Amino acid sequence: MKVLVAVKRVIDYNVKIRVKADKTGVETANVKMSMNPFDEIAVEEAIRLKEGGAATEIVAVSIGPQACQETIRTALAMGADRGIHVLTDQPVEPLAVAKLLKAVVAAENPQLVILGKQAIDDDCNQTGQMLSALLGWPQGAFASKLKLGADEATVTREVDGGLETIAVKLPAVVTADLRLNEPRYASLPNIMKAKKKPIDQKTPEALGVDIAPRLVTLQVTEPVKRQGGKKLGSVEELVEKLMTEAQVI
Amino acid sequence: MPSALVIAEHDNHALKGSTAHAITAAREMGGEIHVLIAGSGCRAVAEEAAKLEGVGKVLLAEAPALEHPAAEDLAALAVALAESHDHIVAPASTFGKNFMPRVAALLDVAQISDISAVIAPDIFERPIYAGNAIARVQSKDPVKVITVRGTAFPSARPGASRAPIETIDPGQETGLSRFLGAELAQLARPELTAARIIVSGGRGMQSGDNFKLLESLADKLGAAVGASRAAVDAGFVPNDYQVGQTGKIVAPELYIAVGISGAIQHLAGMKDSKVIVAINKDEEAPIFQVADYGLVGDLFQIVPALDAELAKKLANR
Repeated sequence: MKVLVAVKRVIDYNVKIRVKADKTGVETANVKMSMNPFDEIAVEEAIRLKEGGAATEIVAVSIGPQACQETIRTALAMGADRGIHVLTDQPVEPLAVAKLLKAVVAAENPQLVILGKQAIDDDCNQTGQMLSALLGWPQGAFASKLKLGADEATVTREVDGGLETIAVKLPAVVTADLRLNEPRYASLPNIMKAKKKPIDQKTPEALGVDIAPRLVTLQVTEPVKRQGGKKLGSVEELVEKLMTEAQVI
Repeated sequence: MPSALVIAEHDNHALKGSTAHAITAAREMGGEIHVLIAGSGCRAVAEEAAKLEGVGKVLLAEAPALEHPAAEDLAALAVALAESHDHIVAPASTFGKNFMPRVAALLDVAQISDISAVIAPDIFERPIYAGNAIARVQSKDPVKVITVRGTAFPSARPGASRAPIETIDPGQETGLSRFLGAELAQLARPELTAARIIVSGGRGMQSGDNFKLLESLADKLGAAVGASRAAVDAGFVPNDYQVGQTGKIVAPELYIAVGISGAIQHLAGMKDSKVIVAINKDEEAPIFQVADYGLVGDLFQIVPALDAELAKKLANR
């Protein structure tokens, strides 16, 4: 079974982001970029499926500028077999990404597509579900456990207040939640080997997809800062403040 | 007249609180509000929704397969109703996040996720980068598909009137997905996202057993118990306790953070709380920068002392 994984290049999760002074967005120049952490989990899950014998080939797809090749290389170093890079310098919204991935799916015919549930930059949490709808496939979103059968997958999903388990017909789209697995680090020999693995480059035009944005970002600002920092001397003082000043108990 | 379709989250017995928040957001978009209740044996839920202030009509779709609706089926139902509405709105809970992007994709429109403010019927604000920036976006699509951050909008309250309830065709099952079961945590205390007060523990708690200290405190205050990701990853408490970017987003009236350093990912989940109390032995911990009241010291001394003080003071009322 062929598995497709989608990987996004985002500002590294350890970087403290800075909003641009002109309010047009977030500073990305000279900022460390990495693979979206939820996508790392998606890649890891695909590799485990291959190691367990359920998957035969893993194709990692990324969409964006030339530098996305680094993100694909990371997936290849972890254990994906080959890459597809859809090159565009335009910003792409989740709907456009889903349409591009649909075109890639049409060419590759995977039985399973795994994506991170959410990218940590725009926090949209849309692409996997959108792709699944466009393909007319079932979805298993926010997966914390995945088991593949012959023509069905069993997905345990993280929902508010607990877990839910569903069976979805294959082919299907699964989105990875935090506790699906712990992604491995690529070893040095595997990083070297990954340099020889092929990455095929395509464009939105060649795939016949209109990626024009539907939303206009009017401004990006910093959130209102809390005025914190007051320290008290005793629990008696705290309870007093909570009762009389804050009036919350 | 413009109208919004709010897709209700419920358990076939009662509306979830998230729905009432989404209704308030939808009211700010300016049109008439229609609420879709899709479920099985859920007329009581429709009655409850019909009484909420601002609701113009309740659409009730009942079918056995909708008892635990699959994202595929719920999206198809919403799409069938979309044409007559300007806004399709649902809570940004795991319920809404699951099926709403399908609705948007099938309508060939963008989704605006997790909105925290309505500026105009086509302009919204939403947090990005885990709440470290706020984006203001304008939609150019004919239908706006929107999920709502519940903590950013007050609850719609029961009003004086009762909206009509219209029974609609529940549609066909797609058969793509089958519900096998759910393990929902049985909570003796309020649910995190609905609690007025939350007592949360972090890595500083040192063990799951020590969370008993927080439970005692929570029970005196009628509070829910939460945790940071560090405490969950350390195995102290199950993952549904987790407050933060990758857990639950909460905004109670009082949030007491115990032994929590205040990583960005945790702050993203609780910084909109009305009053924040921090108890930590490290006076440089970032949690103090957002805390209205901080106590620096050993939590294993402070928490029992606080517990005793609360017992004394609250008993006097």
